[in-house]
Amino acid sequence: MDNRILKDESNSQILQALMADTDISIDDALENEMILNMGPQHPATHGVLRLLLRLDGETVMACVPELGYLHRGYEKLAENMSYMEYIPHTDRLDYTSTMCNNVAYVLAVEKLAGIEVPKRAQYIRMLMAELSRIAGHLIAIGTFAMDVGALTVLLWAFREREKIQEFYDKVAGARFTTSYTRIGGVAADVTDEALAMIKNFIDNFDPAVDEIEKILNTNRIFIDRLEGIGVLSKEDAIRLGVTGPTLRGSGVEHDIRRSNPYLFYNEMDFKVPVYTEGDCLARYFVRVEEVRESAKIVRQTLEKMPQGEVRANSPKKVLPYKTEIYTKMEELIHDFMIVNFGMNPPVGEVYSAVENPKGELGFYIVSNGKGSPWRFKIRSPSFCNIQALPTIIKGSMISDVVAIIGSIDPVMGEADK
Amino acid sequence: MELKEVIIEKLNGTLKGAVLEVTDFRGDLCLTVAADKIIDVCTFLKSDNDLEFNMCEDVTAIDWAKRKMRFTMVYHIYSLKNKFRLRLKVNLEGETAHSVSSVWASANWYERETFDMFGIKFTGHPDLRRVYMPEEFEYHPLRKEFPLLGIPGSIPLPKK
Amino acid sequence: MGLEAKLTSDGFITTTIDAVIAWARKNSVWPMPMGISCCAIEMMAVADPKYDLARFGSEVMRFSPRQSDLMIVAGTVTYKMSKVVRKIYDQMPDPKWVIAMGACTSTGGMYRTYSVVQGIDQFLPVDVYTAGCPPRPENLINALMEIQDIISKTRGRDFQDKPLLEMGFSKQ
Repeated sequence: MDNRILKDESNSQILQALMADTDISIDDALENEMILNMGPQHPATHGVLRLLLRLDGETVMACVPELGYLHRGYEKLAENMSYMEYIPHTDRLDYTSTMCNNVAYVLAVEKLAGIEVPKRAQYIRMLMAELSRIAGHLIAIGTFAMDVGALTVLLWAFREREKIQEFYDKVAGARFTTSYTRIGGVAADVTDEALAMIKNFIDNFDPAVDEIEKILNTNRIFIDRLEGIGVLSKEDAIRLGVTGPTLRGSGVEHDIRRSNPYLFYNEMDFKVPVYTEGDCLARYFVRVEEVRESAKIVRQTLEKMPQGEVRANSPKKVLPYKTEIYTKMEELIHDFMIVNFGMNPPVGEVYSAVENPKGELGFYIVSNGKGSPWRFKIRSPSFCNIQALPTIIKGSMISDVVAIIGSIDPVMGEADK
Repeated sequence: MELKEVIIEKLNGTLKGAVLEVTDFRGDLCLTVAADKIIDVCTFLKSDNDLEFNMCEDVTAIDWAKRKMRFTMVYHIYSLKNKFRLRLKVNLEGETAHSVSSVWASANWYERETFDMFGIKFTGHPDLRRVYMPEEFEYHPLRKEFPLLGIPGSIPLPKK
Repeated sequence: MGLEAKLTSDGFITTTIDAVIAWARKNSVWPMPMGISCCAIEMMAVADPKYDLARFGSEVMRFSPRQSDLMIVAGTVTYKMSKVVRKIYDQMPDPKWVIAMGACTSTGGMYRTYSVVQGIDQFLPVDVYTAGCPPRPENLINALMEIQDIISKTRGRDFQDKPLLEMGFSKQ
């Protein structure tokens, strides 16, 4: 192989890894192997993922992903700020579905601190998380369809997504980076007007999904480009630790909402879609069905949502309401202490995982009893799903790489942390 | 018998002296394992027919800064069969650990990340490179002595 | 109200070449969406039906730097990414403009850490900074209008007699 490239390239270790990968070899008299660099600036890599591909003609023989172009130092940041301060940072992990991350983070901190949260707050969180899952999957489906050439679906998906963002704007005050949950509850109660808005949206949602399905599922080009492409077997999926729709597309029925229920998912009636094919099409079908199931959960939460408080009564750990801070001395002191020194959870360590649109999002917190965590680890689903990319891509054609990345749907914000 | 007790009993039966400490905080079962036994324990937990911890969810480390055994490795493993999550901890003598990527392939990248962030070297790891930081970067950001704002000039910027 | 209404009333117009070119140029800015993180999603929202960037003649997002004259840097730029951003900027033909979208690109934003560049103006000339984390779509449209304003004030001779290196043709 050409040694000149290895010398010129400053990132020599990546290339060495690429050349060392010799699982597949094709006897070719012309020996026309070449190295193709894809990303970090490439429309189909969904962010700043970089792939180095070793090609033989059009067949990919080895693939080495390179991460870190969006490494923002989340874990180091968490060690230097209080638990409350960190909530806005969780928005920007998986930025296609911000609410899910908010919920996942506060659940982890509440588990550590041992806070009981009122039922209404939990229901609101569940509602938000499911809406967020819909929003995340809509982007996933839209961009995935765009990657294989169907631009219309992206615009339709965004049209629906805008309605969810308008709703967020109403309840959280921000379209996109919501930071809506608080430790021990949520920032503010949801008004009836906002609930009516979301009811209106969810009632008209199924026809919109039907529309998307109709344009994609009956499109022969779309099916032909995805069927049997990028197959990840069940064994490989478990071995590589992938989660989320990618795992369920490979025939493993694993959804944390079902297997280790949190919030009130055990009271909800929903289906976990599983496909056994393990190809790109299966992963797409899983997402579409999950969107429908999420809509079902949203409908149930709207029906069952109880009345009551939205923040726990635990003055040393939970931020008081603003109106009380201005009128009561005690609350003012608590507010001062929590904001300046943080709430102090007991010494210990917890791992709390939730099912995010991309897979299992886990937070591992080691506390030494101070206001900020001693060690804070984010187990991000995209990171591990990208790890499966070399296995999936190997042996496929170069044009399928785009479809495969789209079907895995990585978000670099959380993969790079 | 509850699953937690089964795990401890089985481990004590087959791998005597491997489990040093058992803690149960907020329902998370955590076993501290002897450093040289970690591969055996992991292989056993994965291959045992009743337990089947077939998914490695997370591998990371903790830097205790001033403690004598400075680094602790933390493994989170999950059993799809029992729907149960287990945490294993290993206190490291120095800065070298045994790689469990031969047991679970998914540990590969997590160990690379741990190497990148803490500088812990893994024996028997197939491809130990940095994941996030550039190759020429000298430091390990998540060590406690590394400042949050980094070391000025350690990574060059392009010219304006 | 359009151009032809003006032309039919008088039959002719007098103007300068600079003004005509600037007018044409500012209404057909082709952005290069340098979508890095969260802001990229809001940037996508700008191009979508509700906000519709096509009203400003900028709906043609070109992922090739050779075909674009406005770079929208949307998202946190890390040190590792900075080389890539600069390389892409260098590949864009002159004249070119840069929007720093969002707090991260402008100042480093909430990421005061070891890996994030504290403002892309350390290695790129920035024309318009946009506030917000991420900026609302309206705000990005406002930034684009600012760029149009800047473009309308350019003159042809500003670009003359410049060495090739300054015009964006780098040696690499």
